[in-house]
Order: sequence, then structure tokens, then C-alpha cells
Amino acid sequence: MAISPPRNRLWWNEPIERVEVGWIVVAFLWGLFMFVFMIAWHFIGGQNLSTETYRVTPAAYEEKVTAFAEKYQVGEEAGGVPVVRPPAGEDVYLLARLWEWWPVLELKKGQSYRIHLSSLDWQHGFSLQPVNINISIHPGYEQIITLTPTQAGDFGIACNEYCGIGHHLMTGRIRVVE
Amino acid sequence: MTAIDASYPGSRLAAVFRTCRFTGLKVDIAAQRLIKANAVAAVIFLAVGGLMGLLVALTRWPAVHLLPSEWFYLVLTGHGANVLLFWIIFFEIALLYFASAVLLGSRLAAPRIAWTAFGLMVVGAIMTNVAVFQGDSSVMFTSYPPMQAAPQFYLGLILFAVGALLGVGIFFGTLVIAHAEHTYEGSIPLVTFGALTAAIIAVFTLASGAIILVPTFLWSLGLVAEIDPLMYKVVWWGMGHSSQQINVAAHVSVWYAIGALTIGAKPLSEKVSRTAFLLYILFLQLASAHHLLADPGMSATWKIVNTSYLMYLAVLGSLIHGLTVPGALEAAQRRNGYTKGAFEWLRKAPWGNPAFAGMFLSLVMFGFIGGISGVVLGTEQLNLLMHNTIYVPGHFHGTVVAGTTLAFMAMTYYVLPLIFQRDIIWPKLARWQPYLFGLGAGGISLFMMGAGTLGIPRRHWDITLTDAMHPFDLPSGGFLMMGLNGLAAVIASAGGILYILITVGTVLWGKRLDKGDAPLAFPLHKQAATVAEYGSHATVKLPGTIILVSVFFLSFVLYYFVNWKYLSEIWLLR
Repeated sequence: MAISPPRNRLWWNEPIERVEVGWIVVAFLWGLFMFVFMIAWHFIGGQNLSTETYRVTPAAYEEKVTAFAEKYQVGEEAGGVPVVRPPAGEDVYLLARLWEWWPVLELKKGQSYRIHLSSLDWQHGFSLQPVNINISIHPGYEQIITLTPTQAGDFGIACNEYCGIGHHLMTGRIRVVE
Repeated sequence: MTAIDASYPGSRLAAVFRTCRFTGLKVDIAAQRLIKANAVAAVIFLAVGGLMGLLVALTRWPAVHLLPSEWFYLVLTGHGANVLLFWIIFFEIALLYFASAVLLGSRLAAPRIAWTAFGLMVVGAIMTNVAVFQGDSSVMFTSYPPMQAAPQFYLGLILFAVGALLGVGIFFGTLVIAHAEHTYEGSIPLVTFGALTAAIIAVFTLASGAIILVPTFLWSLGLVAEIDPLMYKVVWWGMGHSSQQINVAAHVSVWYAIGALTIGAKPLSEKVSRTAFLLYILFLQLASAHHLLADPGMSATWKIVNTSYLMYLAVLGSLIHGLTVPGALEAAQRRNGYTKGAFEWLRKAPWGNPAFAGMFLSLVMFGFIGGISGVVLGTEQLNLLMHNTIYVPGHFHGTVVAGTTLAFMAMTYYVLPLIFQRDIIWPKLARWQPYLFGLGAGGISLFMMGAGTLGIPRRHWDITLTDAMHPFDLPSGGFLMMGLNGLAAVIASAGGILYILITVGTVLWGKRLDKGDAPLAFPLHKQAATVAEYGSHATVKLPGTIILVSVFFLSFVLYYFVNWKYLSEIWLLR
């Protein structure tokens, strides 16, 4: 019984059932495969999250984003949010704050951009939809990912890290043109 | 352990025992009282937290959208703390006392300290609830800084953790006493071994909690200037995720215990089952990484090693139990005479016994829903697809609700007659309870996973985004899934309410079993009462288990690759 001591005091000398040995081998190999596959995807896959990160103060980051937005602004969205069209391959800055993603970005399909992400206040969750890319954004850390849009159209950014009472109001936009 | 012995010397203040007439177990009355107190507290917090869960689900049901946003975030914070921490840990402390004092026929170490622990846990749990209801601590269960809660929110959690840690200490002390006083022979039973695993993980877990919550508490008082949000996340999840591993070890022990009590199941081999538990101790603590896969700062190597629990060796532990538990059940049922075909043992299992039904549903759903989704979610790159979407709550409702909570509910059907010595009232309704709750719990898990796959965010009051600055449409399939999730939550709540009614009704008005010789409404297997036959199971063929495990493995592999396919279609990232 599982609720009483083993009768055979030397239970560790008992032979193991064959079905158990078989399953342990299969399960172990499957685990090993899954482990190796994560490493392999860094070489064969096109979707790996960069870990390039720098320390930054929220104020310094805000300055960088503002300078970036002024430099490449091409228009304005409702509410006075600038629409920014950086040249391909350029460093792109996006900031998260209570409760918006700023500014609106206009990217070209098939071009790669170095996208900088950081928060000015609390933690936020970058959730690009309907592409479904989800990244955590921290204050004090500037993370840089290299992103290549493969579809054209309007994409929304929701926040999926709870950030207070206006959490559900926090959105942003990335427009991808051909 | 001398300190514990000194405060409660067996010679001066002898423990009082009774002998259970159903199992023949020697039960320390002091342990019995403590098990009762902790179980009652657990059920109360389940009732409060479960009700909050229903309110959350009804708010996220787009057609109902019950609560205003402030209340939604407040209630969601309370839901997490009450069910994930308070219900489960109170019940686990009761289980630890049961697995040590009762199963080993020993006196409980230092009952007075155990009562202090209980008191601390109650005070802590109430304090955190008060903080949440005061309204300025709607910081969610995770309470990530720089978002700040009221000091009493953190203090309550700290007091609760200290109490739980004391309770774990009592468990260790009881093992030492039982060993020293020779209350059992040879090795501790498998269930006690599993509980020991849970307790060892609990020490690590609660220590992580203290390491991060104490400075955070001081920060909320203004005594510490800053809490680094990344550091907080790494250490906090040393508690947050590892405490779920306590649950795994505890509910796997419960599976083995119920198998033994209801159909006389023995482990196929003690060595394999115990090694699987040992793998938990060695590797489960790496789980923090699961929550930092989409975060800046950590290297890919760190993420891969940790999120895989070092090459999936802890997952291997669960996979092993996934075979040995149904295998033990099949072997026992075949010995009970159900030998026809591959599945007579399963068809003729005691499905009318809520303990067995709850245990088996918990086993199946924990594996198929919680387990598979957990590995997929915890894969470094696949995490990008679901991180912080409602897939995450989908996954952990598969583990903690369909798995742990259902297993604990199933165990209650034996805690009530054997410890409270009251027979289950309304046995006909009780028969349906695990199915009702299981159906609902499985439903909420699957529908939230479905919605999350479509990008629906978690902890989000308004997925229509109509009032947002840049409104956009989330997929309509996601809205449908959230509606179905609401329906499933109503079913789960019906099962939960039934559980509370049966439990409270039984404690208050159940037929007393301590006098006379009335039989149990849900009888124990005859082997459960005879300690003469125990140990590993003799060699048998297990075709049914092999088929079940093969189906599970194929589903796992298929689902794993479907998600890689999905990942390969999103924008390129490097």
C-alpha cells in the first residue's frame, strides 16, 4: 500500500517493471529532444527573443524616444500621438507608460528594425496583435529586439501585464506598409 | 529537534491516541484537532476565493461583464491570494500532519507550536484580505513592483508564510519523533515520502518568499528606496512557481493515497515512484525562469537550462507518475478480479465513489491539460506566443484547479469520515460533485488556453478596447472562448458550492462514526484496513495503462509541434 511502509525493507533492490523502464526511457529521450530543440531553434528558427539589454533611467529613455519621434515624424493620430516612419534598418524606440504605447510606428514589410523597448513607470506587457508576439517590458531596462514584419496592415499593441486601473485602456499601433 | 522535544516532552504530557476502526491506524488526538482546524480554514478560504473566481469569470464573459473595472482588479487580486495560497496551503498543512502523525501512528511534534503556526496563518490570511478589500492593494497576486500595495498586504503574506514554515517544521519534527519512537518499521510509506518531498520544496519556496517579501514590505513602508523589478521577479517566482510544485508533490501523494484507500492500489515499484518524487526535489526549484522567458536581461542559456528544469528532469518525474499511478490502479483492479480486455479494470472502477472519481479526473486533466500546456508554455521560444495572454491562467487552472484542487476535494471524502469521524451527508449528490467540478475546471482551462492562443490578454477588464486611445479588434474567436469560459466557470462554481455544502453539512450534521459500528457511505477497500499486505506490486501486464500513456504521449508530441508551426509563422525576431 502506498499508505503503509513497504513490506520489503530492501525495496530499492526490487526489480523495476519492464513497462516502467520502457516509459522512463521514452520520457527521458523526449525530454532530451525538447531540450535540444530549444537550442536548435536558435540556429534553425527565425523567432528568437534577443537578450540584448541595457540599464537606462526612465528620464534618459524618454529623451531618446522623444528625439527619435521628432526626427522621423510623418503625421499625427487622434489625440496628437505622432506617427513615426523610421528608415529601414534604423534604431526604433517605443515606450510604455501609464497607459499608452508611444509613438505610433510605421514600418516597411520585409525590412528589419532594431526596436528598443522600455517602460517609464511600471511593468507593462507588449502584446502585438493579431500577430501574437508577447514581451515583458520593465522600467530601468532597455531591451533591443530586431523585428522583421512579414505582413502588411494595421497591428494593435495591447498591454498584457497588469498596470493599474487603466490597464485595459493601454494600446498602441504599428502600421506596416508594403 | 531537542528544542521541540523539550517544549512537548512525551513523558510529561503524554499524547492521547484513538484507533481508527476503519483503517486500524493509530490517530494522535492533538494531530486530529490540528488537521480539522487547518482543513476547516482551507475550505473557508476556498469558499471566499472561489466566489471571487466566479465574479472574475462573469466579468470576463463579454456578454455579462459583471463588475466595474476597479472591483474587477480588486476581486482578481483576492481570488489569487485566497485560492492559490490560502486554500491550498492550509489544506497542505493538514495533509502534512496526516501523512506524518496519522500514517506513521506517531504523536505530532509540538502541538502548541503547530497551533501558533495555525494562528499566524489565519492572521496573515485575514490581514491580506483586509488590505485587498481596503482597495489600495489591487496589485494582483504577483504584486510586481514598482506597483505598490499597502504594507499590510505584504505583512499578511509574510505572517502566513512564517506560519506555514512552522507547520512544515512540525512535519519534520514528527518524522524524527516517529523514527525515534519506532512507531513504524522500515521506510516511511510512499505517501509520506511524497509529502516529505512537498515539505522540502516548501522550505525553499517559503524562504524565497521571505527573501523578497520582507524587503518589499520595508519598501512599502518607505524604508527601502527601490526594489528592482527584474530581481523581484526572479526571487518572487522562486516562491510563486515553486509553491505550485509543492502542490504537485502533494496531489500526486493524494493520488497514491486515494488509490490505496479505494481499490487497494500499491505502487508498481517503490523505487521508481520514490525516484520520481526525488526528481522533484532536485529540479523543480528552477521554475522561476518560466516567468522570465519574455523578459530582458537573462541570457538564452540561463533561460533554457532553467525553464527545462535542467533537461526536463523534473518533468520526467511527473511523466513517470503519469504511468505509475494509473499502472498501480490497473494492477490493483486486475487483482480485484477485473481482468477482461484492456479496460475492464477502468470501466468497473468505483466511479460512484467521489474520492476515486475526483482522483482519476484530477490525474487525467493534470496530465493532459495542465502538464502538456505547462511544458509548451515553458519552452523558451514558444513562450513568446502566449506570455501573459490568458493562456497562462488556462494552464495553471489545469494544474491547480483541475489537478490540485480536485485531488484535494477527492481526499476530503476520506478526511471527513476518518478524521472528523462524520459520514458524508447526501452521498447521491456527493457522487456528482467531482464530475461537475471537473467538467467546469477542465472547461475553464481549455477555453482560457484557446482564448490565449488567439491573443486575449490576461487580467484585462475590457477586451473590446473601445475606450482605448488606439482601439483595435481582438479576434472574435477569443470573445467566444471567453463566453464559454464563463459558462464553464458557472459549472465549476456549482461543483464548488456543492463541495462546500457537503463538507460543511457533514462536519455539522453528518452521522457520527465514533460510536457504534455504522459502515461508511463510501467504503474503503478491504486491503486498506489490513496492513499485512503492502509493498510493491507483483509483476502484471498493464495493457490499459500502456494504451492510455501512449495516447497521452502522442497528444503531447502533436500539440508541441503544432505550436512550433504556429511560432514559425509570426514575424521574424532575433
